Amino acid sequence: MRGKTLIVLCGLAAALLARNLYVMLLELPDEAAQGPIFRIIFFHVPAAWTAFLAFLGAAGASLLYLLRKDLRYDAFAVALTEVGLAFAAANLATGMIWGRIIWGIWWTWDPRLTSMLVCWVLYAGYLTLRHAVEEPGQRARVAAVVSILACVDVPIVFFSIRWWRTQHPQPVVWGGGSMDPAYWNMLFLNWIPLLLLGAVLTALRMRQESWQREIEGLRRRAHAL
Amino acid sequence: MTAPAGPSALESAVEPAVRRPAGFLRSALTVALKDLRAELRTKDALNASLAFSVVILLLFSFAFDPSVEETRALAGGLLWLVFAFAGALVWNRSFARELPNDCLEGLLAAPISGAALYAGKAAANWLLLMAVELAGLAVFGVFYNTAWTSRFWPLLGVLALGTWAMTVVGTLFSALTVNLRLRELMLPLLVYPMLIPALLAAIQLTGPLALGQPAPAEVLVWLRLLGAFDIIFTALSLALVEAVLVG
Repeated sequence: MRGKTLIVLCGLAAALLARNLYVMLLELPDEAAQGPIFRIIFFHVPAAWTAFLAFLGAAGASLLYLLRKDLRYDAFAVALTEVGLAFAAANLATGMIWGRIIWGIWWTWDPRLTSMLVCWVLYAGYLTLRHAVEEPGQRARVAAVVSILACVDVPIVFFSIRWWRTQHPQPVVWGGGSMDPAYWNMLFLNWIPLLLLGAVLTALRMRQESWQREIEGLRRRAHAL
Repeated sequence: MTAPAGPSALESAVEPAVRRPAGFLRSALTVALKDLRAELRTKDALNASLAFSVVILLLFSFAFDPSVEETRALAGGLLWLVFAFAGALVWNRSFARELPNDCLEGLLAAPISGAALYAGKAAANWLLLMAVELAGLAVFGVFYNTAWTSRFWPLLGVLALGTWAMTVVGTLFSALTVNLRLRELMLPLLVYPMLIPALLAAIQLTGPLALGQPAPAEVLVWLRLLGAFDIIFTALSLALVEAVLVG
């Protein structure tokens, strides 16, 4: 993506976010049971959706890399994974803040929390692995395989932990389960700026990767001379 | 008159071997037998993982000084953590063993598929790890006074399924990390989080069985999870291993 497009997308995300913040802080009422802290959900849940979308995209890009052997797909995969990890971290952090206030504890081994943490650790392992491999072709190949395996593993982890945890009493269960349509609308509306932000970050990271490849190529040529 | 005789004699000697590559199962079996023979001669991985299992079982009793009830609650988790640690030692050696003298290049150049090479190595690792686990169970039974032999066959089935789940993933990552610096560190770092569902199911099933009690009520759920994990990851590994080894 060109620089100008990125700036426009960034501006759009900022404007939408400002509008959403105005509405959610000043116009939407406090939630009856939870009070003002409830608003954290408008970042918490879309962050998780964005992260999962990024990981799914990374697995697709990895598969394409294995089929086509084009390093641009590898750059796409690593950019998406890093952005996904950032959003997953935002999801975990906002969840913990919410938990501290509503449940009175920072952490509980609830299925969703545990699954997200496992997912985060899996993809952090992917990035650690990339750092350990020097040769770009080999790095891309090895990373692509790990990305695909991790993407398949995440849903299995989620269901296994849910089966495991339902054998035990839940510490605190999410309230009634139903939400006012105004809240639902805001949830989706706030997903848009987060998605835009994710797209901009991914594009920036991809550009860095291509520059990195160029620098490495130049360096190799300089050595050859 | 004499010139054509040389090449044609050579061709007839070489061609049959080239034309008929060994089947998948035969090549896998050959690799597995080769690995087992090499391991039984050197006993590198076997000794290390056996000693390591015993040490952890020993340390555990010092660390937690468990009563009979506590042992009951912790047995499944303790055993599978020990097995997973022991496994990492076995998997680390699996492909690293082929590095000296460029053996890995030789294996890759051989007329067998990458999948057959991987399947053979996984089978050998599975057998080795099963042997270590049975020895570990015996040590566990003595140290913690448990009647694990009274449910031997169901326990063996759970061990077989759980160990296969660990071994397919472990062997694939052994191939993935074989050329890396920090190989010994990277393998467990990547494998353990991925194994969580399989370990979870195996722990739930092993806990009661290792103490000689009947399997838990939700036995089918865990068996299905373990079976599904085995099938999914075996298929994925066989499909992806060619990309890992050859590129």
